[in-house]
Amino acid sequence: MSTHSPRGVGHLRGDQPFPEAAKVALANPQLRRNLQHATTTIRGKSGRVIAELPDWQELRAAGSALKAYTMGNLPRLLEQLEEKVTAAGGVVHWAADANEANRIVTDLVHQTGETRVIKVKSMATQEIGLNEALEAAGITPVETDLAELIVQLGKDKPSHILVPAIHRNRSEIREIFLREMPGVDPELTDEPTELAAAARRYLRETFLSTKVAVSGANFAIAETGTLAVVESEGNGRMCLTLPDTLITVMGIEKLVPAWTDLEVFLQLLPRASTGERMNPYTSMWTGVTPGDGPQNFHLVLLDNGRTAVLADEVGRSALHCIRCSACLNVCPVYERTGGHAYGSVYPGPIGAVLSPQLTGIKDNPSLPYASSLCGACFDACPVMIDIPSILVHLRNQAPHPRTEKAVMAAAAYTMDRPRLYARAQKAARLSKLLGKRGRGLPPPLHGWAASRDLPEPPPETFRDWWRGR
Amino acid sequence: MSSKNLILRRIREALGGEPAAVDVPRDYRRGPAPVDLDLLVERLVDYKAVVHRTSDIPGTIRGIVGSGTVVAPPGLPAEWVPSGSVRDDDLSAADIAAADGVVTAAAVAIAETGTIVLDASPDQGRRILSLLPDLHICVLHPDQVVATVPEAVARLSPGRPLTWISGPSATSDIELNRVEGVHGPRNLHIVLVEEEAAA
Amino acid sequence: MTVRIALFATCLADTMFPAAARSTVQLLERLGHEVVFPEAQTCCGQMHVNTGYQDQARSLVRRYVRTFEPHDLVVAPSGSCVGSIRHQHAMIAGDPTLAARAEAVASRTYELSELLIDVLKIEDVGAYYPHRVTYHPTCHSLRVLRVGDRPLRLLRQVRGLDLVELPAAEQCCGFGGTFSVKNADTSTAMLADKIQHVLDTGADVCAAGDASCLMHIGGGLSRLRVGVKTVHLAEILASTELEARL
Repeated sequence: MSTHSPRGVGHLRGDQPFPEAAKVALANPQLRRNLQHATTTIRGKSGRVIAELPDWQELRAAGSALKAYTMGNLPRLLEQLEEKVTAAGGVVHWAADANEANRIVTDLVHQTGETRVIKVKSMATQEIGLNEALEAAGITPVETDLAELIVQLGKDKPSHILVPAIHRNRSEIREIFLREMPGVDPELTDEPTELAAAARRYLRETFLSTKVAVSGANFAIAETGTLAVVESEGNGRMCLTLPDTLITVMGIEKLVPAWTDLEVFLQLLPRASTGERMNPYTSMWTGVTPGDGPQNFHLVLLDNGRTAVLADEVGRSALHCIRCSACLNVCPVYERTGGHAYGSVYPGPIGAVLSPQLTGIKDNPSLPYASSLCGACFDACPVMIDIPSILVHLRNQAPHPRTEKAVMAAAAYTMDRPRLYARAQKAARLSKLLGKRGRGLPPPLHGWAASRDLPEPPPETFRDWWRGR
Repeated sequence: MSSKNLILRRIREALGGEPAAVDVPRDYRRGPAPVDLDLLVERLVDYKAVVHRTSDIPGTIRGIVGSGTVVAPPGLPAEWVPSGSVRDDDLSAADIAAADGVVTAAAVAIAETGTIVLDASPDQGRRILSLLPDLHICVLHPDQVVATVPEAVARLSPGRPLTWISGPSATSDIELNRVEGVHGPRNLHIVLVEEEAAA
Repeated sequence: MTVRIALFATCLADTMFPAAARSTVQLLERLGHEVVFPEAQTCCGQMHVNTGYQDQARSLVRRYVRTFEPHDLVVAPSGSCVGSIRHQHAMIAGDPTLAARAEAVASRTYELSELLIDVLKIEDVGAYYPHRVTYHPTCHSLRVLRVGDRPLRLLRQVRGLDLVELPAAEQCCGFGGTFSVKNADTSTAMLADKIQHVLDTGADVCAAGDASCLMHIGGGLSRLRVGVKTVHLAEILASTELEARL
């Protein structure tokens, strides 16, 4: 039977319910300006490059169908992948949950005798809390992605799938670098080019001297055993090329059936995520290539709740996600609360449907409600995940507060009895008892009246008017 | 039970029954489409690559390199290799990093996205070669250029290590604007060979 | 040709914003059509579905289907309720027979601007409304029903009306049903931006095709006492020069 991601490890659960956690960001005007600026910028960029393609909708349809096909044939495709990777000189490991994956990676690093690993940004390793597990085992993980570096140096938490430091603007990044980056030029300005150059100088020696790397994967092709990492800065290429040993941790849903299918995803992903026609670098490798790149390659296939998601016929399409973060960038809720409020490494609309399914709804009951169901995420999703419908579906499974249950039951009872309903409508006029314009509303309804007036009930309902004419 | 069997059993239980029959609609453009070299140049330049359209490959390379030192993959045509260059013969990472530049050929280029793809053939070399030097000069022949991504995928062999390159190293991590120049080469020069030289 | 149209008033308009439903009747009758109001109607059940109470919503779906099944054409002055009818009713119906019936009724149920443009083939309804108006397109009209520019095409034909474009129009006002209660702070932040955009237009009327979004935007405007009114699309289209003179 399928099992959810275990408690006590990894980053899929927040400390607070979403509405509470959101208050922090909502009360921070600088953070809100940063988020608004960044999401507005990316929406514009992405919109422009998507408009250049005459066949964007056809690509979305193909991407969606390919993912549905993959999920429906997952056992066969995973075994095919294992066979091909093994034949090409790699070693495949299977991890049922976060703890097992962390143990596998830690053991593999121990076997090399090394105590430092370089990492290219990967959602899967953040999800399972690999860095904490490595540190506990005396191994230092060095994040090499610029945004991850900003987060790591700033002792902060990631807040976006693609750009974990999206909540920081250039002057904040400069301050973090000046404060935390050893050997940094004290004259450093907040010019983005200079900030990037500072990261280049800081990490260069680490890249050249570290023998083990840990990566995630954007795609794994079952037919050929080929893995692909899509990135911008070249830190990915460094990690995938320079070390002796490469350990790739990948969710089992990242599979793509055939080599040809990449032609779809390599068009969808960059345009939807960074708003580029193509990202600066994409690396693809199959097992081990003698004389070129790491000579030891390990692939860790991770379940950690994914099979539980797969068991839900409506919810399973959340596994189609290719981590582009387009849904975050268009979400009016995310734009105002930022990613930390979601309490999971997967924030935004996709996080609101993925995290509760990976952990079980009881551990993330507020996330399916962290949406106004405006539908912008569905339109933006390059693989057409119907996020609003999954949200509604998960709300139906969520535990409901007792008072709310009683109110909803009473409302449904009344609305199924037109005469009782008509009497209740008249009683609505008594809502004046709740204070002028709703200001005397009891919890939980008082939140409405904090910033909005309730309308005055009309002198007659439509029904009354209709009867009287 | 091994974790492999556990996971596979969980998946089969989750899916229940027969493998899903899903039709994949492939109504997007799959080519072949006419290649527009001007579009390729426009897209390369848009992502801050420098493009040289020339029939004089060695002269152009010499002009870009100036007095700098470059490394070259073992199979690069001798006439493209500037004097004083180092051929890769299992060079150390430090040696490669010490070079000012690298000259390679390419496997494929995509006009619509401004992308070049290296497949580690002898004229392109190990992946590390085009990674550590700060200047990458890539020689491209018009017959290597395709119009769209599907045509490029069709030409490439997944068994080889592949590096898709679209402009110099860049990041979108600062306020989601693209800024060139992080860990990979900060200078990307494309030498696009004019037809008369290719003929 | 006279068409017989059944009105689904929606529970919110029926109870709190009767003008939207009244105006729908007046407009359609003025255009020469016959409007009926099946009194067994109550609510489409969207609030229950979207809050996570599909079991309770099911009886409301059944009621909607039974009530409107005898009618060839149904109109509702709400993109959101029609969106729920079209995209949620069959999905949550439970039994396949009810689902099939729900789908059939849903295919004959139209939002007001769809009915006017797609079914009745009319853009100029002969309205007169001498105000500066900005239009909030509402999420479900835009992204669930995909009504596109239909409401704007109708408004552009209204005599005397000065239509001003709403910046970031496609962004949600933050209502989202129980979202505005469960996530009141986030909802308020979204509303604040929407209101700022409305005020930036200098319009004296903010119009929309959904009483729910109008209640939300109107609640915020009322609290600020800025004097901008919220008015349903149906009310504008029902207005005539004669009325204006009276």
